Amino acid sequence: MNQRRASPSPIIEPATIALLVGMLALVCASFYSLTIQWGELFSADAMRSSLEFLRGFAPPELAWTFLVKIAGGTLETLSMSTLGTGIAFVTGIALALPASGRFGSVARSFIRLVLNILRSIPELVWAVILLIAAGLGPFAGTLALAVHTTGVLGRLFADALENLPPAHEATLRINGASPITAFFYASLPQILPQLMSYTLYRWENNIRAAAILGVVGAGGLGQMLKYHLSLFQMQQAASVIIAMLLMITVVDAASFWLRRKLTGN
Amino acid sequence: MISNAAFAHHPDPAWRGRITATLIALLLLWPMLIASEFKPWILLDAQSLGATWHFLSGFFPPAHSREFLLLILEATWQTIAIATAGLTLALLGAIPLTLLATESLSVSRLESGHMRFAGAVVRQVARWLLVLLRSVPELVWALLLVRIVGLGPTAGVLAIALTYSGMLGKVYAEILESSEAHATQSLLKNGSGRLAALFYGALPASASELVSYTTFRWECAIRGSVVMGFVGAGGIGQRMDESMKMLAGNEVSTMLIIFVLLVACADLVSTFLRKRLG
Amino acid sequence: MSFVLRCTSVRYASTEHSDSFHALNDVSLTIAQGEQIALIGPSGAGKTTLLHTMACAHRTESGELSVFGVEPWALSHAERHALRARLFLAPQTPPLPPRQRVVTAVLAGCLPQWSFWQAIASLVRPSDPDTAYDALARFNLQDKLYARVDRLSGGERQRCGMARLLVSKADAFLVDEPLSALDPTLALQTLATLQQEATSRNATLVCSLHQVELALSHFPRIVGLREGRIVFDAPRAAVTEAMIAELYRNEKHTGQDDPVATQADTHITPQF
Repeated sequence: MNQRRASPSPIIEPATIALLVGMLALVCASFYSLTIQWGELFSADAMRSSLEFLRGFAPPELAWTFLVKIAGGTLETLSMSTLGTGIAFVTGIALALPASGRFGSVARSFIRLVLNILRSIPELVWAVILLIAAGLGPFAGTLALAVHTTGVLGRLFADALENLPPAHEATLRINGASPITAFFYASLPQILPQLMSYTLYRWENNIRAAAILGVVGAGGLGQMLKYHLSLFQMQQAASVIIAMLLMITVVDAASFWLRRKLTGN
Repeated sequence: MISNAAFAHHPDPAWRGRITATLIALLLLWPMLIASEFKPWILLDAQSLGATWHFLSGFFPPAHSREFLLLILEATWQTIAIATAGLTLALLGAIPLTLLATESLSVSRLESGHMRFAGAVVRQVARWLLVLLRSVPELVWALLLVRIVGLGPTAGVLAIALTYSGMLGKVYAEILESSEAHATQSLLKNGSGRLAALFYGALPASASELVSYTTFRWECAIRGSVVMGFVGAGGIGQRMDESMKMLAGNEVSTMLIIFVLLVACADLVSTFLRKRLG
Repeated sequence: MSFVLRCTSVRYASTEHSDSFHALNDVSLTIAQGEQIALIGPSGAGKTTLLHTMACAHRTESGELSVFGVEPWALSHAERHALRARLFLAPQTPPLPPRQRVVTAVLAGCLPQWSFWQAIASLVRPSDPDTAYDALARFNLQDKLYARVDRLSGGERQRCGMARLLVSKADAFLVDEPLSALDPTLALQTLATLQQEATSRNATLVCSLHQVELALSHFPRIVGLREGRIVFDAPRAAVTEAMIAELYRNEKHTGQDDPVATQADTHITPQF
């Protein structure tokens, strides 16, 4: 008669169980400390007033003059995101050189720390700070995107540079080319497609960021949204939100298409 | 006799294309510079420099009085709590949406060879819902929710829950569909219910990817909840907004330092979680 | 004199062994301007290291090295840089970035003579495509002038690397295995072009080769290297079959286990 073998030992280690328990504790503590009135939130009253609020959005404002304003806001937002990303592409490459160790390990650590700080601080916070220097309007938004994206791209570019086999550039230098020229002739051409792919991907993120930077006064569709919401002009606000969604979709598609062309080539 | 080759010119075939591309870029650049009011010289005019200097000089030393630090610590915890609670709700919302949107768990597809019409409709609606939820920027959700539920962390939690359930749902659906379909299919064929097929078939195969993506989103949620504080959704973001309005440089610099440290810690924790659970 | 090495030793740290070892041991070599020398020996003998040392890409540990009458490592950084412009090292793997066009890759040989802005301008629009065309034509590759490097075959890439040598203004060519990817006919043509160029400029040519017969038939002076030492340095008439056999003795047996043979002398980190 066959005896059943003893069941295998549990797959999950005790340390992992402790970790899961810790995470559960964090979740419970979070809900507890936030004292959200769940009952009130999902009460019939709340549901009704929410529906009331949402109904105020339809139909979205479609008057010609207003649509022209939206077009202007879209152009402003698009310009902010494109310029900001473009500036960050250049400054990202410039900072990637020291950050990849070409000027010594002290410079590398220092610049990488700077890049980390730049990208830890969200675009909106940068915008709030830069409003002081640049004043209200889209210029602050462009700068905020440029600064934050430099941190992101600089780090990605530096990693790409570090992973590049140095042989081609070294040979040019051995034969008498200056280090910077050797970089442009041997290293940059090799990583450029990758850099541009990262940048295009970042552009997709930046269009979303640019759309909302206006909420703190940095122009574009965000500023229009804040304005109309504060005046309780819900239908106009609805149009602005729809314009945001359309713009984001178009930019996503454009970025995808450009990236396909890059890798196809 | 002079051979033609010696005097031949070899013009660059790519030159035309490069000139055209440059011209197009300049044509696009000009209106963009105007539309975004790109005036870098503003940064150097006397008024701006004065304001900047005044603000920056307040940065040192950063505010470090006891009450202030306690206040900030409390606000930081609130930010973490908003992000964690929001993400948990997003998870709870994403799971049913994922199940609805995933093709590989479709029982009806097995039976008739093509999906029953009603099933297909539900699947599409679920997908569109996910797209809507994640396409609207979370700050916009926060702006709207603040007007419905009032200022404070509730708006932040709900905004994160809505946006991230869209994101998590989409990625979960993709991971589950791309993972080994065989295990799930055989379970479904042998009569197990959808949920069981999910837990015993698809989930174990993709567990590490799912965990990895969820912890990455937790980090993003922390950043997101700071940003939402600027429209009144609580946490350290709201404190920073208040301090900025008063141009209190010393308070802002403390909060920036704390915030950078918070992000670094969250990054460490998330890396640790990914190693452990992945 | 182009090159004078006296009792030179070159050491570099090996990644596979705990201590560093001598890639070149007690090497003495004197080369006059305009001479053409073939460097032969089994793999791992140190041919690449020797070429790199002569190209001032690798410091010597002991002994003397003088290039064009000066000691390169006693010079200032800028002076050494100027000295390097007179030397051309062609490594074994053609140093051509894959997605670059042949014209730019070849014209990179002019970089030591160009200012920074001239170099950048040439990236945007090649400033001297005719020179590149003529150089490629000498290897029958003129049709590939505007092609991308990664669309070329291995042999074509090697010859492009040689075309870069032609456009440079160097007075000494240090060439590492330029014929490895070429069939016998092409190898003969390429070698002939190389030597023609060296003769017309009165440039020194030091060429490491695996094809011993080519070395013997084309070069007036042969230097045999083995395990970091010079085994013989003689005019071609004085080189016998026995000497060759002794030089390559056991080469088939030195497989992956021999530490000298496995030393990746193609992975030298240059020093500037």
